[in-house]
Amino acid sequence: MNNLQFDFTVDKSTKSVFITREFDAELPLVWDAFTKPEILDQWWAPKPWTSKTKFMNFKEGGRRFYAMVSPEGHESWQIQDYTSISPKTNFKYLSIFADKDETPHLPGSNWDLNFAEQNARQGDPVGRGITKVSITIYNESLERMEKMIEMGFKEGFTMTLNELNELLTTLKK
Amino acid sequence: MRRDIFQAIADPTRRAIIVLIALQAMTPNAIADNFNTTRQAVSKHLRILTECEIVKQEQKGREIFYSLEIDKMKEIDKWLEQFRKIWETKFNQLDNLLSTIKKQKK
Repeated sequence: MNNLQFDFTVDKSTKSVFITREFDAELPLVWDAFTKPEILDQWWAPKPWTSKTKFMNFKEGGRRFYAMVSPEGHESWQIQDYTSISPKTNFKYLSIFADKDETPHLPGSNWDLNFAEQNARQGDPVGRGITKVSITIYNESLERMEKMIEMGFKEGFTMTLNELNELLTTLKK
Repeated sequence: MRRDIFQAIADPTRRAIIVLIALQAMTPNAIADNFNTTRQAVSKHLRILTECEIVKQEQKGREIFYSLEIDKMKEIDKWLEQFRKIWETKFNQLDNLLSTIKKQKK
């Protein structure tokens, strides 16, 4: 098993969340996984939640409109407005909670995603094929940050229950 | 005004106070000795921390000692742990997906 880096820091004083993660795949594939709706929808929501992209126009000034769907079928709509894109390097967007009619509930949070191929270490015959993704989430207000985490909390709670279910199923066998 | 644990840790001085009194119960004066701010400012921070229910006061003779409510601090851990866990799960899902796509390409 690979030792893939995973860092997660929340800095309440700067209203920012920092997430860094390495993936065992070449950069173009990881970039696609973050920028193509058909791949994104397969992993963006933590199970048992699902991600449903209504439309996604991945270009500067473009928008993704999608919902996080709870196991009970409740939809939490969100907008991502792309503000800057440097292919296979970086993209930025403003993430805003919305209703099903695309009415935004401001303020939003600013997302900055960086992609980098990890260089071969000395002695490696070829590149390691590891891609590092660094994400910074900045919230305009503390309230917004709490709302974001609160939403995450709901997902996390369902997730935990789901894990418990799985554990119980395993124990029954 | 609504007070919660996240307001308690939103300020650097308050975070420093939390670290100080985590080790031992202290009087407001002893706490203030550690900062370059006025005692008034430290009192204000202590009042907010008390309202956030993250510190408790104990009267010993003529002095009031402040100490940390450890259980309340655990709320922060729980909260952050949930959020961290979500990302862990999402990324594990992506790991599986990436390995599936890589296999399909071969």
